[in-house]
Amino acid sequence: MIEANAVYVIVAREFKKFIREKSRLISTIARPLVWLFLVGGGMSRLVPTGGGVSYIQFIFPGILGMTILFSSIFSSISIIWDKEFGFMKEILVAPISRFSVVIGKAMSGMILSTIQAVIILAFFPFLGLSIGPLEVVGIIFVCAILSFALASFGIVLASLYESYESFSVIMNFIVMPMFFLSGAMYPVKLMPSMLRHLTKINPLTFGVDALKHLTFPLEKGPMSPDFPFALDVLIIIAAAFVLVGIGGKVFERKG
Amino acid sequence: MQIMRVDNLVKKFGAITAVDGISFEVEQNTIFGFLGPNGAGKTTTINILCTLLAPTSGTAFLDGHDCYSESAEVRRSIGIVFQDSSLDKDLTARENLMFHAYLYDVPKAERRKRVEEALDFSGLKERADNLIKTFSGGMKRRLEVARGLIHRPKVLFLDEPTLGLDPQSRQNLWEFITELPRRHNVTIFMTTHYMEEAEVCDKIAIIDKGRIIASGSPRELKKTMGGDVIYLKTADNKKAIEEIRGLFGIEASEKDGEIFISVLRGEACIPEIIRTIGEQVLSVRMQRPTLNDVFLKLTGKEIREETAAAGDDIKEAVRSYRRRHDRG
Repeated sequence: MIEANAVYVIVAREFKKFIREKSRLISTIARPLVWLFLVGGGMSRLVPTGGGVSYIQFIFPGILGMTILFSSIFSSISIIWDKEFGFMKEILVAPISRFSVVIGKAMSGMILSTIQAVIILAFFPFLGLSIGPLEVVGIIFVCAILSFALASFGIVLASLYESYESFSVIMNFIVMPMFFLSGAMYPVKLMPSMLRHLTKINPLTFGVDALKHLTFPLEKGPMSPDFPFALDVLIIIAAAFVLVGIGGKVFERKG
Repeated sequence: MQIMRVDNLVKKFGAITAVDGISFEVEQNTIFGFLGPNGAGKTTTINILCTLLAPTSGTAFLDGHDCYSESAEVRRSIGIVFQDSSLDKDLTARENLMFHAYLYDVPKAERRKRVEEALDFSGLKERADNLIKTFSGGMKRRLEVARGLIHRPKVLFLDEPTLGLDPQSRQNLWEFITELPRRHNVTIFMTTHYMEEAEVCDKIAIIDKGRIIASGSPRELKKTMGGDVIYLKTADNKKAIEEIRGLFGIEASEKDGEIFISVLRGEACIPEIIRTIGEQVLSVRMQRPTLNDVFLKLTGKEIREETAAAGDDIKEAVRSYRRRHDRG
């Protein structure tokens, strides 16, 4: 059972704290911009893209994916903080189902991540990209389902790891590899075959791929998307359902 | 009317038995105190009663609902103030209360009113829109108690409510807590290891090593010590002893130049003695047995002479066990 009031208030709390914490807001927006303009800008001259999009344009969908990945996981990891500082107890003794808590946390991650992705998206004219209004709507939709899936994955991680010492473990051994193995920085089709297999179990891969479809639909060369758009969306939605289900189970057990 | 009933409750964490077959009952709208040293099993018992832990065996009923199998009903009828603060430091007092009102599904029309009431009642109206991280320990505790009452629970659990507070905040919080049953129609279940705090409870259960070793009102418990002791200094102790024996038919003896008499109700006995042998009396003092004496007699140790070292070991063992295993 899902209690609407409980989900609402869990989301409202995260939203309030997000707006209040200016440093978090600035750093979540600064990081993707640093990658986009410093890494992307620097590599643009070095990486031949075979006509079509330039390298900095190519990584733009990947950078959107990065924004979502970091903010979704970070949002869910706040469960560990809540446990450490005792606030989780207030939630756990309330007459609400554990699943409402999971849904509330996943929706918080979804809303906050999508807002941040939209802010980064606003930079597209500076990259010489032209994205139509329909594509913008599509991008926001993909960002929303992708961040719901990744926030659910974050809940699974937060339930398995109990203390915030594990935060750096999660960041270095799970989040960063997920980012590099998503086709965000280089096309999946150009990766060594072993790595290529790994990208296929990474939900972010399909999110980034869907965003590539919407950002440069006309690209045909080596930098083009790797999978069909419909497949991307289907896999992200399936991943969202599966991960929120696992998140619910793990959270219920470990609370 | 009974609001809680616990029967032969046991909780084991691996090889450690934290709660070892306890039974008790709590009457509605009273203050029930769970008194015992650190690591005696108080917090574990509270966690079972408020549905956070499953018991290994035994039953616990709250307002007619089983704390294990009917956890949803039980959760609706209880409020809890944990040992460590469970407020969100980055939200304001009002926001924390509002969060609670939504979480407990307080009707929309009532929400604002009850939050304002809670702010009023905890004396934090002026600080309502300040972040919790700027609050003192006493303010936080008062706010948590008020928050616990927002959804009108039948039982309010307070786990060591005055722990870590300075004496004055403790006193304030204490006055605040003792008014709760009358003002809010609520039963208080609290744990403490401060004897003075247990004095105001209607009923106390003394717990040690996971077992209840005595229970009753503070008065009843102290009675088991044999009542009050009156000490008298007189001009002629020998003569006075004889007179007391003759007139009251009670045993009196002399020690270190003082006569001491053990009586049930000292405050009624002193005027009698003064009336009859008053001219000879030079000084009189009375000593009441304290709960500390009761605890000392029952366990052979002082409650505060921190058994803490041993208690904390148990706590740590339980914590690490819970880290390794599933809840319940």
